[in-house]
Amino acid sequence: MNTAEALSVPAPRGQISIRNVSKVYDPEGARVLAVDNCSMEIAAGEFCVVVGPSGCGKTTLLNAIAGFHGITSGEILLDGKLLCGPGKTPPPGSDRIVVFQNGALFPWYSVLENVTFGPVVQGVMPEREARDRARELLSQMGLEGIESNYPSEISSGMRRRVEIARAMMTDPSVLLLDEPFRAMDALTKTVVHQFLLDVYDRSNKTIFFITHDLEEAIFLGSKVYIMTTRPARIKTVLDVDIPRPRDFRVLSSAKYIKLKKECIEAVHEEALKAFKAGEREMA
Amino acid sequence: MSTASAATATRNDAGPSSLEVSLFCLREWLKSAAPYLNLLGIVGFIFLWYLLTEKLKVPWFNKLPGPVGVYGEWVSPDPSYGISLYTPEYYQHIVTSIWRVLQAFFLATFLGVPVGLMMGWKKTFKDYTFPLLETLRPIPMLAWVPLSILMWPGREASIIFLTFLGSFFATVLNTLLGVESIDEVYFRAAHSLGAKPRHVFLKVILPGALPFIFTGLQISMGFAWFSLVAGEMLAGEYGLGYLIWNSFIMVQYPVIVIAMVTLGVIGWLSSALIRLVGNRLMQWKVREEIR
Repeated sequence: MNTAEALSVPAPRGQISIRNVSKVYDPEGARVLAVDNCSMEIAAGEFCVVVGPSGCGKTTLLNAIAGFHGITSGEILLDGKLLCGPGKTPPPGSDRIVVFQNGALFPWYSVLENVTFGPVVQGVMPEREARDRARELLSQMGLEGIESNYPSEISSGMRRRVEIARAMMTDPSVLLLDEPFRAMDALTKTVVHQFLLDVYDRSNKTIFFITHDLEEAIFLGSKVYIMTTRPARIKTVLDVDIPRPRDFRVLSSAKYIKLKKECIEAVHEEALKAFKAGEREMA
Repeated sequence: MSTASAATATRNDAGPSSLEVSLFCLREWLKSAAPYLNLLGIVGFIFLWYLLTEKLKVPWFNKLPGPVGVYGEWVSPDPSYGISLYTPEYYQHIVTSIWRVLQAFFLATFLGVPVGLMMGWKKTFKDYTFPLLETLRPIPMLAWVPLSILMWPGREASIIFLTFLGSFFATVLNTLLGVESIDEVYFRAAHSLGAKPRHVFLKVILPGALPFIFTGLQISMGFAWFSLVAGEMLAGEYGLGYLIWNSFIMVQYPVIVIAMVTLGVIGWLSSALIRLVGNRLMQWKVREEIR
């Protein structure tokens, strides 16, 4: 039987090139450099994690890819096509789905209506088919039985998983996750981490994941970019060569601990700088 | 096979129906002290009124009709002043007032909600209209009476116009606030999922503003009754407002209280009805609250 095509991608797509991107915020003439000359090459199907102190400008980068605002200089390419440059902001679109920091499931729609929202508004399939597909996807993701519940009736961990399912329904090229597990307790986090890893292993989507949690970054990512405090520059790039599929046992493996040690100093240095700069939260 | 199992799971695990939710809320309410305290409050008020007017005949209050007298008149098949539960005139006044309020309220809702939604959705439209709204809104309804009489042929239209005005501004303002209360993140999510402007309007702005819209409708219903009575007192021939004023002039004091209590009960029922419709349309909100 044909299990959801949304989860099996034939040709890899979603290759992102970020080239010399800078972003200056200019509220009332006070020029604030948020992102300073960042370059990243993200291969199609790569799980890329960006770590940095809160407020360092990493969300700015994600918002530029998502199309929520423009950049001041440099360019961002998606699959070789210019997505974003000075004076060119792409409209937000379903090829680059964002999963938001505080969650953005529509509270007035049931879980099923939320998950079918993308395909229905895009008009790519009839509502009936979308519902069937959504049920199938939710059950594959271990989320059956909550289709008719409203978001307020399910746990925060469930909500986040449903949101990822909603994103997957539209078969995006890139999944953009903006500190999605930020407000969660440690136990819930392990569940949603595993969930995201499963989704990634099955779909091989490009994932652009932002966090300030170093352990989360190494556990999930293939490549970890450590950013400096504002303005955001790339301080270190880390290749995480822990094989997939990964599970919680990775967290106690020698390799994981060695990698963590390697970059903890780099991050600590930035955290201190950020702290001195009066920032509130640390990586 | 996964489809089949998912489908069964949905049927079995479907949440409680809205009727079940309502019954559950009612049972919980009856179990609490609230309904009995509510009753006690009303009974206590009537008793105090009885003491002041009929029992102790306190100065200032001794001219007022007391609850026993009013009740006697109200249920009398042969009332001294011609208005009781048994006279058709009583119902004619009620029906006239309700009909005027309904026309005005629905007109205000069908015009006010779209205007409010547009103001929240399109900034340019808000720029045109908001200062105008904020200047017209604070003008008391009574100030509109002369113009309204000049503008409309006949009493009926001018009373309905006054009632409409009271209702309209509250509806527009609350709808606008409702749209502005929607978190930016839902707009971003909708755009990100590929929504076109009409989807944003129908699937984000409208449902997102609904809680505020219904709060606004309850307020606007209150304003509608307020303006109606003012209008009827000045220009009516029938209606509860007219009845109150006319009974005052004719020195038929118990009838004043009958009409007032009637207004209170109908006003309360009308806003309860709006709440009911609102809860029906916003199951997600109801379920959030009983959690």
